[in-house]
Amino acid sequence: MADSVEHGTRVVAGPLGETGRAADSHPFERQGAYERLRDGLRAYRLITAMWIRSTMAYRASFAMTAFGNFAATALDFVAILLMFSQVDRIGGYSLPEVALLYGLSGTAFGLADLGLGSMDRLGRRVRDGTLDTLLVRPVPVLAQVAADRFALRRLGRITQGLLVLGYALAVLDIHWTPLKVLMIPMTLLSGGAIFAAVFVAGGAFQFVAQDASEVQNSFTYGGNTLLQYPPSVFSKDLLRGVTFVLPLAFVNWLPALYVLGRPYPLDLPTWVAFAPPLVAAGCCALAGVAWRAGLRAYRSTGS
Amino acid sequence: MGTARLYAAVVGSGFRRYATYRTATAAGVFTNTVFGLILAYLFIALWDTKPHLGGYDQAQALSYVWVSQALLMVVAVLGGGFEDELIERIRTGDIAIDLYRPADLQMWWLAQDVGRALFHLLGRGVVPLVFGALVFDLALPSNPLAWLAFLVAVVLGVVVGFAIRFLVALSAFWLLDGAGVAQLTSIAGIFCSGMLLPLNVFPGALGEVVRALPWSSLIQAPVDVLLGTADPLGTYAVQASWAVGLLAAGRLVQSVATRRVVVQGG
Repeated sequence: MADSVEHGTRVVAGPLGETGRAADSHPFERQGAYERLRDGLRAYRLITAMWIRSTMAYRASFAMTAFGNFAATALDFVAILLMFSQVDRIGGYSLPEVALLYGLSGTAFGLADLGLGSMDRLGRRVRDGTLDTLLVRPVPVLAQVAADRFALRRLGRITQGLLVLGYALAVLDIHWTPLKVLMIPMTLLSGGAIFAAVFVAGGAFQFVAQDASEVQNSFTYGGNTLLQYPPSVFSKDLLRGVTFVLPLAFVNWLPALYVLGRPYPLDLPTWVAFAPPLVAAGCCALAGVAWRAGLRAYRSTGS
Repeated sequence: MGTARLYAAVVGSGFRRYATYRTATAAGVFTNTVFGLILAYLFIALWDTKPHLGGYDQAQALSYVWVSQALLMVVAVLGGGFEDELIERIRTGDIAIDLYRPADLQMWWLAQDVGRALFHLLGRGVVPLVFGALVFDLALPSNPLAWLAFLVAVVLGVVVGFAIRFLVALSAFWLLDGAGVAQLTSIAGIFCSGMLLPLNVFPGALGEVVRALPWSSLIQAPVDVLLGTADPLGTYAVQASWAVGLLAAGRLVQSVATRRVVVQGG
């Protein structure tokens, strides 16, 4: 392990050094938003590449943990199958319809979990002081925290979500229009972005409450569990909460219900089914603001 | 007498150790409550469609949700707790120090885990259950004896849970990295303990199998004793035989494993 980390540091040292020099040559020039984003993504790519190489040094272990990740996620769906062995419908929805909700939410969550799943380690870094190391590097802290211990095994979750989604799409008798076809990738991408925003906001919260990383789990894992079931199962108050306060309903419920041609229990206009990209953009912007506020409020222990 | 005092002290330190992290406890209570809410609404939908599913009425099904959320951490279905630490000690060789301590390895960790379970019962268990009882109509007994009978089943469940995880930890003597075994066991725990769905709802032969496995002692057994849907003495007998059998297996594996330990000088 120590070996691979050392190896990784060497890989990253080159490009980071360059960025450092670039900043040196214009010490007083503020970087534009576009440059910051580009640098951040580049750093993210380099750090993840390092972790992937480190993971691949132990291929058998990777294969086992990826399968474990797949199997653990698949049990959720087995539980749903068991429920359907006893009842024909849950909340008025058939198995393929629930599978569509499950596949969309599971895949979207899997994408966010793969990209940003390490955010819940932030609290630990604040506690043991290793966050300071990240602050002095000329790379956006968010990119470093997000890519920290990038876990390729989380592909297991995405694979499982996609398989269930594939089953649902194959079995469901939907009258497909080009618009409905486009809705599927749109839902996956914006749903992933909404979950990603929740991960980042949860990270920002950990600057304030370091030990509270489990609160984040309620909204990420809990949100994913919630969205796997039809909205008709839940109380109106809960639905209002996840539609207007924390807009998880836009991850899969609203677009999927449009595809299925089913009404949402709350009285909303039809166009909200197409709103997920906008909602996702809004969530990401707010999460960005929260992240900066958290980072600015951070005071190192100084030891 | 001296040994009893020793293990009582270890129980106390296990309790205090977990009681230290108050924010984490509050965050955990919040998470259990959120998952409890989601499952409660789901179970209402299921039991509306098919009343008396698995022999429960709706109030009993809802009680199942909230009691199982309260017990999740107590019996450590998802793993965590002592075994990660024990695996690490086996991997690094610190286990050699533990082995020449004047305390039994298995009893020491059991005492520590009982202390942890006691804290999780009070710190993580009470609040979600009270919340559930306030928001939903539950079928919780008012007879204190029923609660006492429930606590006995919980204690036995904690011991069975410990005995399983002790075996998991000992696998590190052979594998060095216990992560894979721990992950497989936690998957089995999630599925076979009744954490996702009561085991009496599982259909056919699958239901027979999961109800016969040791994980049924963790959540299903205590909940059934509390709800009065199972005979307490019969349930205790099953739980106790798993506890004794698995602890004995742990002891056997421990004696084989410790013979493998080679302490390097220097």
